[in-house]
Amino acid sequence: MIDGSQILVTAGIVLAFALNGAVIFTILDVKGASWMQRRPGPLHVGLRGFIFPLAEIIKFFQKEDITPTNVDAPVFKWAPAYVLASVFGLFVVVPISPTLVGSDLDLGVFYLLAISSLSTLGVLTAGWSSANKYSLMGGIRAAGQLIAYELPLILAVVGVVIQAETMSLVGIVEKQIEFGLPFALSGQGLAFLIFMIAATAEMMRVPFDMPIGESELVSGFLTEYSGVRFLIFYIAEYMNMFVLCAVASTLFLGGYHVPLLPPEWVNFYGPVVLITKTVLLGFILVLVRWSFPRFREDQLQNLAWKVLIPLSLLNILITSIMKVVF
Amino acid sequence: MEALDIISYFLLLGLLLVSVKVVTTSNVIHAAISLVFTLAITAATFLLLSAEFVALVIVLVYIGAVIVLFLFGIMITRAPLGQNAELDNDKNKSLALVVSLSIFVIFSYVMFNTFDSQIIVTTGTSTELLGEILLSRFVFPFEVVSFVLLAALIGGITLARQDNALVDENQI
Repeated sequence: MIDGSQILVTAGIVLAFALNGAVIFTILDVKGASWMQRRPGPLHVGLRGFIFPLAEIIKFFQKEDITPTNVDAPVFKWAPAYVLASVFGLFVVVPISPTLVGSDLDLGVFYLLAISSLSTLGVLTAGWSSANKYSLMGGIRAAGQLIAYELPLILAVVGVVIQAETMSLVGIVEKQIEFGLPFALSGQGLAFLIFMIAATAEMMRVPFDMPIGESELVSGFLTEYSGVRFLIFYIAEYMNMFVLCAVASTLFLGGYHVPLLPPEWVNFYGPVVLITKTVLLGFILVLVRWSFPRFREDQLQNLAWKVLIPLSLLNILITSIMKVVF
Repeated sequence: MEALDIISYFLLLGLLLVSVKVVTTSNVIHAAISLVFTLAITAATFLLLSAEFVALVIVLVYIGAVIVLFLFGIMITRAPLGQNAELDNDKNKSLALVVSLSIFVIFSYVMFNTFDSQIIVTTGTSTELLGEILLSRFVFPFEVVSFVLLAALIGGITLARQDNALVDENQI
């Protein structure tokens, strides 16, 4: 029942997918920022700056890992682990091709939503254990935001599940192939929009970065972290961004499938197609990041509770009616 | 099944350790984090019993929502770092002992009475089947539960809004 080699293979897929995703999105973010703002980005390390993430990682390993005197040491030290575990857990069910998937669970979508809620725990404990009022405020803001935006995220996905009649991610992609159109273009456009907005808030990226808010809260719950532990939060943030974009392209944009290519070759072009879609979504996130100012805390909560949640409930209603009618 | 047996014994031992830690620690946040591990190990036990849905519900509802709200509440109000002497309550120790012992006895009695020593082999439950049963055979309890939850939701909102009504508009 428990197959050791299968577990190793899954772990290998997850690690390769997650770490490469983090590197791709770090480069995308920094190069995109320099392109959007007309400023020179990283240009000097390696191939016109394209291997700078490596230099960045080595830099963080050289830094001292400081544990301030007054912090609650065990809680403080283990907080990054929850975030990392949650993000790695997400990669397990994302299908890179019909067969190249960590584990194609029947409850794939449900698993994704359950595991993604764990990262809140890491952020909250990090904020509290730092013994710093800015960290605590950052942690509480982060938790409030993550709780508020988890609901539209879940409710938006419910529409897709109703339309696809399955919770397996491979099954959802197969349904879109069968139907001929990705769900974003066939009834779930609103859900796609809600999902992307809520996902941006879950990533705590601009315009939803109050928890970090450099100019108000120094760095929020990250203030007291340094060295490797900061690096873990930093990488987890990019991995989270990558995996949420990959999930969005799987649920709404047809995942590893692209029309006109022969279906029997999907194992060859599947990964390329999925990563292209993911990077395109990531590019939109970069455009948003440099185009919008930061929300105010009350505006953020209003957007979640008064706009996104009612809209996603409406989407569920419409999808169910359409499902019964057709 | 040897490997699974060993894994489940380790899990149960871990469950015992962390759940004792929940009640013995004198720091609220440490107790909450130990509770997270207690629930995580419970979820893992359900996974070993091939009840995937229950395991994921525990993760989503208890760890993802209830504990996070606990932590949120503790942090918004008062959460001193380090030990908190107020949490130790020596007066009720004997009462707690009686209550937990009686729960233990009742549960073991029920378990032994129902299952005796028969071994039940489960093949796992399909979520489809679960959904169908919930919406056909158990549809009435299901609706009742949703009604109770709705009432609780409305009650919560009413309680939260009451302060607003009492505040005089001119004072603001």
